[in-house]
Amino acid sequence: MKITEQEVRYVAGLANLKLSEDEIARLSKDLDEILTHIDTLNELDTSNVQPMAQVLYEAGETATLREDQERPCLGNEAALANAPLAGAGYYKVPKVIER
Amino acid sequence: MSAIADVTGLTIQQVRNGLVNREFSAVELAQSALEFAQAENPKTNAYLHFSPERALEAAERVDRKLAAGEDPGPLAGVPVAIKDVIVTKGVRTTCGSRLLERYVPPYDATAIIRLEEAGAVIIGKTNCDEFAMGSSNENSAFGPVRNPAALDRVPGGSSGGSAAAVAQGTAVVALGSDTGGSIRQPASFCGVVGVTPTYGRVSRYGLVAFASSLDHIGPFGRTVRDAAQVLQTIAGRDECDATSAFAPVPDYVSQLDGKVAGTKIGVPREYFEGLTSESGDLIHKGIDLLKSIGCEVRDISLPATKYAVPCYYIICTAEASSNLARYDGVRYTTRVEADALTDMYKLTRGAGFGAECKRRIMLGTYVLSHGYYDAYYLKAQRVRAHIADDFRKAFQEVAAIVAPVSPFPAFKLGEKLDDPLEMYLSDIYTITGDLAGIPCMSVPCGKTAAGLPVGMQILTNHFAETGMFRLADAFEKAGGFTGSN
Repeated sequence: MKITEQEVRYVAGLANLKLSEDEIARLSKDLDEILTHIDTLNELDTSNVQPMAQVLYEAGETATLREDQERPCLGNEAALANAPLAGAGYYKVPKVIER
Repeated sequence: MSAIADVTGLTIQQVRNGLVNREFSAVELAQSALEFAQAENPKTNAYLHFSPERALEAAERVDRKLAAGEDPGPLAGVPVAIKDVIVTKGVRTTCGSRLLERYVPPYDATAIIRLEEAGAVIIGKTNCDEFAMGSSNENSAFGPVRNPAALDRVPGGSSGGSAAAVAQGTAVVALGSDTGGSIRQPASFCGVVGVTPTYGRVSRYGLVAFASSLDHIGPFGRTVRDAAQVLQTIAGRDECDATSAFAPVPDYVSQLDGKVAGTKIGVPREYFEGLTSESGDLIHKGIDLLKSIGCEVRDISLPATKYAVPCYYIICTAEASSNLARYDGVRYTTRVEADALTDMYKLTRGAGFGAECKRRIMLGTYVLSHGYYDAYYLKAQRVRAHIADDFRKAFQEVAAIVAPVSPFPAFKLGEKLDDPLEMYLSDIYTITGDLAGIPCMSVPCGKTAAGLPVGMQILTNHFAETGMFRLADAFEKAGGFTGSN
């Protein structure tokens, strides 16, 4: 066993995902199979290889930098247009801090 | 209005000729294309929604320029379909997800702006696997796409709708996105050309993020020439995407000169071990065809190939778990109400994401979680370097690599749904190119006895799209694969 149902519940908490009991059972089985397959990576000696953190970048380190310039931006109304709940120019969410 | 008799087989050049010779106007073509696409859609479900207003406005601009004697642009009047993971201002963009069912983006992707500046007419948004996660298009929240070549079969995924639209003839060209094969595999299954450019060649600004170090926007066309024309239109540095490349964009189309004799082509043995299907036979015939037009074919080895699938499914899920964290019920249209904030997050995400997205978010969260980072994510990044290095060495000896796209042709709807690992393993031939960041494409190479299309993959070194297109164009012409639908 690479992963237990208890670990699946813990990871679902980290990922902010509400899962049903059926989903937890199914995911435990699927993730176990996939993680077992992933173990084949251990066959490959990578001790002398640098991790590939950057895919491809051939320009200089500062090539993407520019002078700060003032430009029009999206605007409050457009930015909030897709919000499920907005008010007074802000996103609205359930109360986080009790008064 | 004179409806255009047949929009199904048009190429970009034919659209241009028709406009310049006044056989039809851009508006007439847009109307015919929209009518045809809407009438055909119940067969395949390739489109999620159409954009008639935007299409007619773009077509009117083209007609005005033509009337004024101005150059209407290289894609003037060309009906284009866009995968629904690329944002379009004012036109719904769902990513194939219930979560974004009502999302109307406030801005356009850079690729969209460049298409329309070149005169293209966007007629609609195409179906895809949810957030581009899948290899069959069955993970769309809005129903699967059917393959126009065989309606009981999948079109491939995740850009299945774009491939089907071009194969069906409802659009001349289309845009898709590729993270692990999502352009090439559906192109292969549907019998069209599909191109994954060099990483950074096309700006990702406005491509809804799945796995940022692997995501690409790329074109579909019925000919290599059309796909090349679209790529050179959308490619090039964009300051809205810091990873977009500064390298100048060549005129690919002008270099489709058929001069491929003497081109050294590598055939990687690891890609043919156990490839016993009819797809394999057709690829071998394709390799013979390349020899017949003067290419020098040699056996090569890419030894880290067998580690590509596990490497890919660590990196792509890790990045996806981070990218998809933004769908939390606060900003993007869908929310399940709860009294506490974290409950609102959990309920919204639990109700909104489909099974495959949940599986990948869970795997990605697990491999990044405390105590596992070095064993999984860091290890995968080291393996990725190995895979990229294999290609680097190979391209010191050969100009191009030829390989299969998929182990099999289009399979039946539902056939592989219950085995996620098997579905992941079928991505073996396409994910290597994405991991290395090199350009790669699928070009049709014939059909099975049952009439199912098969594509052959061509891969070249970083930014060597010119040679890739030249070879694919010569191959397509030599095999008579142009307009095979």
